[in-house]
Amino acid sequence: MSKKSIHPPRWAERLLEWYCRPELLEDLQGDLYEYFDRNIENKGEKRARLNYAIDVIKFFKPYTVKKLEILDQLTQFIMFKNYFKTSVRSIARNKLFSAINVIGLSISMSVCLLVISIISETLSYDKFHSGYDRIHRVITEYQFLREDPSHFASTSLLAGQRIQEEVPGIEASVIFASNYGKDIQIGDKVYPVSGRYASEGFFDVFSFNLLQGNPETALKEPNSIVITDETAKRLFAESNPMGKTLLTKSGDQYIVTGIVEKPPHQSHFTFQSLISYATYKAKQNETPEENYWILWSNIWSNYVYVKLQESTLPEQIDSRLQAISDEENEASDRVKITTSLQPLSNIMMRSDLSNNIGKSIGSEVLWVMAGLTFIVILSAGFNYTNLSIARSLRRAKEVGVRKVVGATRSHIFSQFIVEAIIISISALILAFFLLQLIKPQFLSLLPEFADSFLLKTETSLVLYFIVFAIVIGVMAGAFPAIFLSKLNAANALKNAGSTRLFSKVNFRKVLLVIQFTLSLAFIISASIGYKQYKYALAFDLGFKTENVLNVRVQGNDVEMLENAFSQIPEVTEIAKSTLVVSTGSTYGSNFKYEDPMDSTTLYYNGVDENYIPLMKHELLAGINFEGEAPKEENEIILNEEALRRFNIGTPQEALDKYVEVNDDKMRIIGVVRDFHYGKIEDKVEAFGFRHYSAQYYIMNLKVRSTDLPSTMNKIENAWNQVDDVHPFDAEFYDERIEKAYSNFSVLFYIVGFLAFITISIATMGLLGMSVYTAETRLKEISIRKVLGATEGSLVKLLARSFMWLLCIAAFIAIPLSYFVFDSIILTDMANRISIGIVELLSGVILIFIIGFITIGSQTWKAAKANPAQTLRSE
Amino acid sequence: MKGTNLGEFQELVLLTIGVLYPEAYGVGIKEEILSKTGRKVTLSTVHAALNRLEKKNLITSDFGEATKMRGGKRKRYFTITAFGIKTLNETRAQRDLLWNAIPEQVFQVNWQL
Repeated sequence: MSKKSIHPPRWAERLLEWYCRPELLEDLQGDLYEYFDRNIENKGEKRARLNYAIDVIKFFKPYTVKKLEILDQLTQFIMFKNYFKTSVRSIARNKLFSAINVIGLSISMSVCLLVISIISETLSYDKFHSGYDRIHRVITEYQFLREDPSHFASTSLLAGQRIQEEVPGIEASVIFASNYGKDIQIGDKVYPVSGRYASEGFFDVFSFNLLQGNPETALKEPNSIVITDETAKRLFAESNPMGKTLLTKSGDQYIVTGIVEKPPHQSHFTFQSLISYATYKAKQNETPEENYWILWSNIWSNYVYVKLQESTLPEQIDSRLQAISDEENEASDRVKITTSLQPLSNIMMRSDLSNNIGKSIGSEVLWVMAGLTFIVILSAGFNYTNLSIARSLRRAKEVGVRKVVGATRSHIFSQFIVEAIIISISALILAFFLLQLIKPQFLSLLPEFADSFLLKTETSLVLYFIVFAIVIGVMAGAFPAIFLSKLNAANALKNAGSTRLFSKVNFRKVLLVIQFTLSLAFIISASIGYKQYKYALAFDLGFKTENVLNVRVQGNDVEMLENAFSQIPEVTEIAKSTLVVSTGSTYGSNFKYEDPMDSTTLYYNGVDENYIPLMKHELLAGINFEGEAPKEENEIILNEEALRRFNIGTPQEALDKYVEVNDDKMRIIGVVRDFHYGKIEDKVEAFGFRHYSAQYYIMNLKVRSTDLPSTMNKIENAWNQVDDVHPFDAEFYDERIEKAYSNFSVLFYIVGFLAFITISIATMGLLGMSVYTAETRLKEISIRKVLGATEGSLVKLLARSFMWLLCIAAFIAIPLSYFVFDSIILTDMANRISIGIVELLSGVILIFIIGFITIGSQTWKAAKANPAQTLRSE
Repeated sequence: MKGTNLGEFQELVLLTIGVLYPEAYGVGIKEEILSKTGRKVTLSTVHAALNRLEKKNLITSDFGEATKMRGGKRKRYFTITAFGIKTLNETRAQRDLLWNAIPEQVFQVNWQL
């Protein structure tokens, strides 16, 4: 081994470098190394290395150790006042630039503040329960044969009971069995009260505040009811309802065993009252032959929540649930139902579960919102960076002087960061006021928003805001600060005023291009979203929705309602049906033809004989239902797709053939033309009209009226005669469809708003840049003018580079947004618009016009200036 | 401050710097002390003394040329300043004064022992 390859221990060398003062370091290193070399010859490598290390440690003495850089920190601190002062002065001196920065930042910040509020509120959901991180909900995956599984927030009562009985490691659990609406009779008044059946573990799992009553026993006995303080007030005004008996219109009696505080807003589910699960069980047990309620497959309206013991891992419970599911699924060869746990904190974040018990936002929505606002704030940040770099020409001298006097790089850096933070904090103050303006606008966009969010301004939120503003300030200021602090003092002083110092900054152009690309992408998205929305509304559904008023039956007798409505002359036709089709909700049942093993879902609407003519569905073959719905359902009208699904043949051939719906044989008496019973983004699948009176939930009234308000009044009066408890709930078909597609309109509003913001910010940035260019090239322009350039050619000269940037932005944005919409967003939709030239180019043209006006106005001003004036002063 | 009084080891280092003039540096001084007095001192002791002496302005230092020998690090050569010479002289004068003040008999008594 040659001597050269032997080195002292690396760590010891590093240690020395770390603690030793720089002025002593070289000598110490040298001496140690030399000594080390000698030791290798005398004592061998090992000893030499050991000695080196020992010596390094021995050298650790007061005189060799670096002084802590307290002094340096102190300087920064003392200089802060100076930084603050110079920053304020420089902001005040450049009023236009500062205004552009502050306004641009505050507009985009206000959107960010909104999103921060939304996210923090969503995260705060359900945190009021003690031990919330141990509370889980049992959710269910339902798979029919090999179809795509669907996920439900609900589960079966059997699962809940088996968990309570068999699964260890659970501190408490609660079962909710379906919800109810009871009409409570007090004196001669009737109050509708809704709620859920809840088992006695309710108050062990959740921390809802029980004002009166015993949490252990309140929900134990059959026929006990716990009501909220709000409901108590409604029913009994001031008197204490504890122990009182509530009588329902149908004759049930419940004893009030507890008063619970109204569920706080941050609870994902809410209730007016809770009736003990024992009540539900007792009622079901009255008819022992009916056992559907406790079946494994009845997963539709029950919820189970568990609180785990502190030592239990969710995975342990999950594996037990899997085992229970496997065991139960053995009985069924077609349906696979799998249960698993969902953490409480995940409930608001996951919106793909059907049958949700209450609110859910969905993390996708939050991510999209956060992403979009990030883009907006990025754009405003770019403005700051861009304009600061442009202006740094003037600050170069200041930096030079500071450096000569002794400022280090870090001093200069912190000075410019301070300046950026001052700007961003002032923007925050403005943004806070803007937030108060846009908050109500946002909440009114969708009823779901208003339900889920209060968006109160809390102290912790204000703290987040300030931290956010500082982060933005640092990020926006970082590049100019790095750039300026890198300047060489001598160069900065000597060449101040020469643009060559900054000629390398292509960065600015890149930022401008990104800004305009984003703006363009937003405009294009907004116009495509709008077109899809309009398309959905104007779409030919295959039936007529004009002047059809859908009235919710709300459990009333349909005959009585029909009688009442038929008295009104303006109501020309009346039909009964199960649901309002084409608005997103569906009913399905099991559907088979000849092969018993081949089954599919038949989406259906249970209707009476008047429905098909009223909605003007086109019968391709056969006849409509006749007369009242029979007790034994035996006829069906299918759509074309249902025939195709089982190769039943042409509509004519299909007539009088038999199909099986929920194991009942039914004769095909008619075939309707395919129509969109789902939303238009879904494909049309097998659909049938059933003559099925058990599920009349909607009355469809055809209204012909010249004075709509008075007609509506008459209809409402008719309703009140039949039902004075439940408020009249009706909606015109067209309005309902508009609501069903509100996701498009909301998308349009939000993206349109963001487009507006990014465009204004980008335009302000462009304005700043062109003002700056015009100013710095004023002399050049004047000389050109003296030499004979026309004003037009000067404008062209100055505007050309900016217009180029816009062209590049358009070149990136158009294919990008076309691609995103064409192959990502719209691909899932069965009926979609084709993206046309208009949508793609209208935004570009708009941006070009705005851009040209902005640049043109500034350059025109510069070109018009009198050369004698500008050239005289040197 | 200890004034101009030199510690014993500091005096030794200072004298060695003089002996090695003009090429007195850390390791060299350490080796010289070893060879002349047989005292084994560590590098850090020598450096600590050098640091003291320099603080008292008794010596100054300059970096020499970089050599391959020391991992590319330059040697730091120490030389005695005028003040250092003066201090050495004073110390020596103090010693001589004391030497001379010792009565002859002391040496004789000891000699006989």
